[in-house]
Amino acid sequence: MAIRQETVDPTTVPSTRTVHTTCYMCACRCGLEVRVEDNRVRFIKGIAEHPVNKGVWCAKGGAGIMTQYSPARLTTPLMRDPDAPRGQGGLKPVDWDTALATLAGWLGNIRDTDPRRLAYFTGRDQMQAFNGFWAQQFGTPNWAAHGGFCSVNMAAGGMYSVGGSMWEFGWPDLDESRWFLLAGVAEDHPSNPLKLSIAALKDRGGRFVVLNPVKSGYGALADEWVPIRPGTDGALFMAFMHVLVEEGLIDREFLARYTNAAHLVRVAPGSAGDGLFARDAEGQPLVLGPDGRPRPYLEAAGQGALEGEAVLDGQRVRPALALLLDRLKSATPRWAEALTDVPRRTIVRLALEMADAAFNHPVELPIPWTDVYGQHYDTTVGRPVAFHAMRGLAAHTNGFQTIRGLFTLMMLLGAIDRPGGFLYKSPYPKPVPPPVKPAHGPHDYEPKRAASGPILGYPTSPDDLLVDGDRPLRIDESYSWKYPLAAHGAIQNVIRNAHDGIPYPIDTLMVYMANLAWNSTWNTLDTRAMLTAQDEGSGQYRIPHVVVFDAYDSETVQFADLVLPDTTYLERWDATSLLDRPISEPDGPADSIRQPVVPPPPGVAPTADVLIEMANRLRLPRFVDEDGEPLYRNYADFVQGWETEPGSGVGLLAGFRGADGEGELVGEPNPDQLQAYATHRAFWRLHLPPGGRYFRMANRDYLAWAADKKFIREPAPIVLNLYSEPLQTFRLAGQGFWPGQRPSNPHLAARLARYMDPLASWYPPLEDTLPGAEAFPLRILTQRPMTHYHSWGSMNAWLRQLLHENPVFINPVLAQSLSLVDGQWVWVESRLGRMTARVRLSEAVEPGTVWTWNAIAKGPGAWGLHPDAPEATRAVLVNHIIPDVSPLEGPGIFFNNDPVTGQAGWYDTRVRIYPSDVHEVWPKVTAVPPRRPAAVRQPRLAYTTHPDNPHATGAPDLLHHVGTARPTDQ
Amino acid sequence: MQLTIITDLNKCVGCKSCQVSCKEHNTGGSFGPVPDQDPYADPDGMWWNRIVGMEGGEYPEADVLYLPKACMHCYDAPCVPVCPTGASFKREDNGVVLVDYDSCIGCQLCMWACPYGVREFDEHQGVVKKCTLCIDRIEDETLAPEDRQPACVQSCPTHARTYGDLDDPDSEVARLVAEQRGFQLLPELGANPAVHYLPRRPVASAVDDSKLDSLLTGRY
Repeated sequence: MAIRQETVDPTTVPSTRTVHTTCYMCACRCGLEVRVEDNRVRFIKGIAEHPVNKGVWCAKGGAGIMTQYSPARLTTPLMRDPDAPRGQGGLKPVDWDTALATLAGWLGNIRDTDPRRLAYFTGRDQMQAFNGFWAQQFGTPNWAAHGGFCSVNMAAGGMYSVGGSMWEFGWPDLDESRWFLLAGVAEDHPSNPLKLSIAALKDRGGRFVVLNPVKSGYGALADEWVPIRPGTDGALFMAFMHVLVEEGLIDREFLARYTNAAHLVRVAPGSAGDGLFARDAEGQPLVLGPDGRPRPYLEAAGQGALEGEAVLDGQRVRPALALLLDRLKSATPRWAEALTDVPRRTIVRLALEMADAAFNHPVELPIPWTDVYGQHYDTTVGRPVAFHAMRGLAAHTNGFQTIRGLFTLMMLLGAIDRPGGFLYKSPYPKPVPPPVKPAHGPHDYEPKRAASGPILGYPTSPDDLLVDGDRPLRIDESYSWKYPLAAHGAIQNVIRNAHDGIPYPIDTLMVYMANLAWNSTWNTLDTRAMLTAQDEGSGQYRIPHVVVFDAYDSETVQFADLVLPDTTYLERWDATSLLDRPISEPDGPADSIRQPVVPPPPGVAPTADVLIEMANRLRLPRFVDEDGEPLYRNYADFVQGWETEPGSGVGLLAGFRGADGEGELVGEPNPDQLQAYATHRAFWRLHLPPGGRYFRMANRDYLAWAADKKFIREPAPIVLNLYSEPLQTFRLAGQGFWPGQRPSNPHLAARLARYMDPLASWYPPLEDTLPGAEAFPLRILTQRPMTHYHSWGSMNAWLRQLLHENPVFINPVLAQSLSLVDGQWVWVESRLGRMTARVRLSEAVEPGTVWTWNAIAKGPGAWGLHPDAPEATRAVLVNHIIPDVSPLEGPGIFFNNDPVTGQAGWYDTRVRIYPSDVHEVWPKVTAVPPRRPAAVRQPRLAYTTHPDNPHATGAPDLLHHVGTARPTDQ
Repeated sequence: MQLTIITDLNKCVGCKSCQVSCKEHNTGGSFGPVPDQDPYADPDGMWWNRIVGMEGGEYPEADVLYLPKACMHCYDAPCVPVCPTGASFKREDNGVVLVDYDSCIGCQLCMWACPYGVREFDEHQGVVKKCTLCIDRIEDETLAPEDRQPACVQSCPTHARTYGDLDDPDSEVARLVAEQRGFQLLPELGANPAVHYLPRRPVASAVDDSKLDSLLTGRY
């Protein structure tokens, strides 16, 4: 036995104590102070000094107590009885020796023969840096987290525009802004940081505009709600830009100095150079100087012409901005009004409002700084106009270009990394796009070897794709001609492709914290059938092994052959990392740890510890030394000891580095680093000097510092991409002119040529272009309530009371036109199928949209709930009717994904609704028996930590639950 | 002295942080537990602070409003005189309305009398429970100063809630009520609640209508 988990030993710590750690109830990762009484959690509150939550805590954070004591906890490894069919229960407790030996056997066999046959996909995983490294050392290309479903369009759209993005990578500066547009965000993404920022805006009397088909949550506070037809936000942004350009309200100086707006683009249709930048002999992009002659961009120091044209080497060239202005000419408010349902008058007014804030009310801070051209400024001037957006824009098949449009708008306003605008969070900005590419060589994924590079990254030309001719090399077809910039992978493609053996069969699907058989999938019933499908001849499962790591009994657990029970976030050592999704603030880098607060139930082990044990057993290269001896006993060891490269001085945690614990960002590993964090409220942060906080893409002192700290490789200016040359290389490949890799199938080629547009654009969501789309005239959307953000919550006795059933909300005007009344049962039908729901009338939704809460419905018997719980009997799951594939012409199957990034276009779903005579939730899935029958029938819960309170009736005491084995070798 | 909580509806996003932090503290506090029936089946739990969501107006001018509702700690609390045992009482020194569980007989008259529906009955314990303004926090001198306020005020992620003495004209709560047109719920019922709310304060567009008119006709 060998899981060497380090946890709280109740015999050596005081039974009443205060412990600092990091929340995991959603992805915000707030700092928590946990009060423990009698070894049970008494109170969870925010840490006042913490950069993320500054002392506040949300409903989820406080309710963490009930997540800890949920009867949905898995407390022993489980294996499917070989005689029991998969997906129908039949999971039996096994000891850890058996579980680990089984997993090591499967993984060892895969690695020795073909590592690609392991597909490892993770959900709301907060150790992606570790998981990606593990997958790389294993040697499979088939790893990713849940970004393909969530928001890869936002991440990639930002990274390919400004070398940063929203949320973890950048932030609206509402401490200084006068005008704020929130688009496609209502209740989440993120939680406390956005609430704090909105409060700051409100305190200062800033104007708050909310663009969303639904008004709820943050939208309730809008000074103006702008309802919009889903999937058309990009058209609105184009029209805003049209008005700004027409009125001469763009920041020309900013564009010329900090973006590639002045770069000369070769206009040579039908040739290999078309749409690429004109460059000098050293490869420097050229601009037209004030004298009309071409000069290297940096040498021109912001003097490059933004309009006009010239002839260079006999070829016509035009500044990138000129091409954008041509594009914008037809994007009139009238055009956008017809698409968006936003009145023309509103479009023009909002454009003028943002320009008024940006140009008539600049913020001037007494902060001197120097730019990369050597120009010194006595003050820092900002454009106090800010934007934040997330999945409402991202989860459409035009999401990437919509988000390109939003960042382009911000560039025109000069509002990137300036006070009152969008601010980067360390370690961003990175070069555009960040210089990390997925390993893509023909021999990069071979038996018994680590992959030669990272699994995920940012391609800059077709030559970086993972294809062999037209054939994808990844199971999810990321980085293929179909989804070339799939920077977060495409988790939503995995099960169907694995089932179909496209592009090849796999052996083992390993899932960590992802509910792929229920709410983190689409076409749910078919997906569940694919998980249990067998080959007719051999009787073998199409996906031979399914392994699930989770702390809770989700709907996916029942489809596993092997279940490894995880610890909760209050039971283990863990780290948030600058190498992952940072928790930095705009004024400087930050990271944090988790530490064991309470002991875990016997029988569970941290997933990272199990993966390290697997790495040690399989002798994965950078997990063992030359003699094959383990370098890390467990994840706590890894967090402290691992470096990006041996000797790099850069590890998962940036604080308290070096033998003396004094190092920051770069320094030797410190074997006492976690303890140092533990005694510093579990976080570390660094405040950048004021002169290094703004214009960081071109701030001389900041760039020198950032290179020294290894945020970037060299202190070169980061040029914002108004025009994306990398996108153009793909378009050239589609047109047949790229000299390197090109698709041979004409449909793939046409797709690249159509969608890999180097300038921001808008096109209709692909669902709208399918034959018969008009038969489904409405759009259905879901959103997470704040109390269930990131879905965990229904196993929580307190949170589930706040929401456990979900009607579909429709506008009364729509209801009247369909003769529907409040409370009525209806069919909601998409081109894929139909489901029942009850109608609730609401004035706070635009009439073309149907919406409901996401992931409130649960499979009967899952999540430690009674099979008759309202989540199973009165809540509806929209995933059932979200189409997973698109009937597009071309080779094989096209998923319903963005053609640039592979983001799932689940907000594109079109429906019709009509009365139903079925007055219950439909479709149904078979109930599974609850794993703890007594707990789900518990009549009264009255939680206290005082054993002498006679009126207390406790949560199920998992500490004393029967476990078959301890995962430790004590 | 009249202790109270002011909620700024211009900043409340309805996140229910206050609803949960109330339960989190009080279920293990001096007036706990705050129980839940059928917690993993069809749940029916006790909450001393509930967020009410409301919709008003017509599309597209729809209003969405969230309002946290707990004991109003009324100056003339109707729940106090109706109590046959004196269990429901108002503290003379700070105005906090409390229930003495030792003398409460569970008759629930106070629940009928309360105009705001914020009292809840614990059938198992046979007593009426409700918001205590976290009296066991605010009077616990062993706590750090920042913890000596109601949990719901401390947790609020938009700092929409403010705690203090409404009778002290120099206090933050009194100032907010005076300057921001703070209001009571259902003042016509005469309970004179200490809890106040601050209204929405919309920020208008900076763009001149006539300029817009001319642009729209001339150019767009």
